[in-house]
Amino acid sequence: MMRVTRRYRFAASHRLHSGAFTEDQNGHLYGKCSNPYGHGHDYVLEVSAMGPVNATSGHVVHIPALDGLVAEQVLADFDHRYLNADLTEFKALVPTSENIIRVIEDRLAARWRDVFPGEWPRLEGIRLRETKRNSFELKP
Amino acid sequence: MFITRRAEFSASHVCAQPTLSLAQNKQLYGAAANPNGHGHNYILEVTLEGEPDPVTGMIFDLKTLKEVIQQTVIDPMDHRFLNYEVPPFDKIIPTTENVAAEIWRRLEPRLQGGLARLRNVRLYETEDLYVDYAGIETGEDR
Repeated sequence: MMRVTRRYRFAASHRLHSGAFTEDQNGHLYGKCSNPYGHGHDYVLEVSAMGPVNATSGHVVHIPALDGLVAEQVLADFDHRYLNADLTEFKALVPTSENIIRVIEDRLAARWRDVFPGEWPRLEGIRLRETKRNSFELKP
Repeated sequence: MFITRRAEFSASHVCAQPTLSLAQNKQLYGAAANPNGHGHNYILEVTLEGEPDPVTGMIFDLKTLKEVIQQTVIDPMDHRFLNYEVPPFDKIIPTTENVAAEIWRRLEPRLQGGLARLRNVRLYETEDLYVDYAGIETGEDR
């Protein structure tokens, strides 16, 4: 059993601001991340697939298939976008990295079995680095 | 506690199954199937797990770990064409997965007997693709 991790990048802007709070509360909670016109990051996304090594191919996961899935389900919509305005998921959900990583998991899980129909590989984990100092990890 | 030692080696390889045509191999492995091979700067991270010895304060003697990695991995693999020069890759396709498993098999017997044990082998083929292997075999594994 082995874990294969592939790294991707996307550049996106966001604003942390919730309609549930007053302007003062938003400012207090989110600080400069709540500035009205948003701001951006070069996100680094790591997607890990777990499974046995196929004895014939020598691979755990067909990388072009994983690349295609991530490109279609994530990068096409996230890269060079304003997340709050351009993605339906964030119309009512604050695009914190915690919420972004959940949305990415949902999007990958929705198509995973179409791309990888067997028992393996499974989606093992997702890591999202917002900046060099902030990173987030989700184990499905 | 975990301790991780990093090492690097540069090697070439080709990923192709001898029973398949070039077109089929290219479909499966992409440019990695180009018959004359290509190379990478592999980065290896070897992680040991254990408790520090109360006298030395060390989990494992890092000088020894460095030597074991050097002798079992770097010396035989660095600046080599894996398929032609490093068994078992004359018979097994040197995908990142298979190279990581082979490195585990070479390291593990040399790191037994002390307070520490080999916990994980991480092999970066590129900055954007790496494999973690913890030595857990299953039916489909070799």
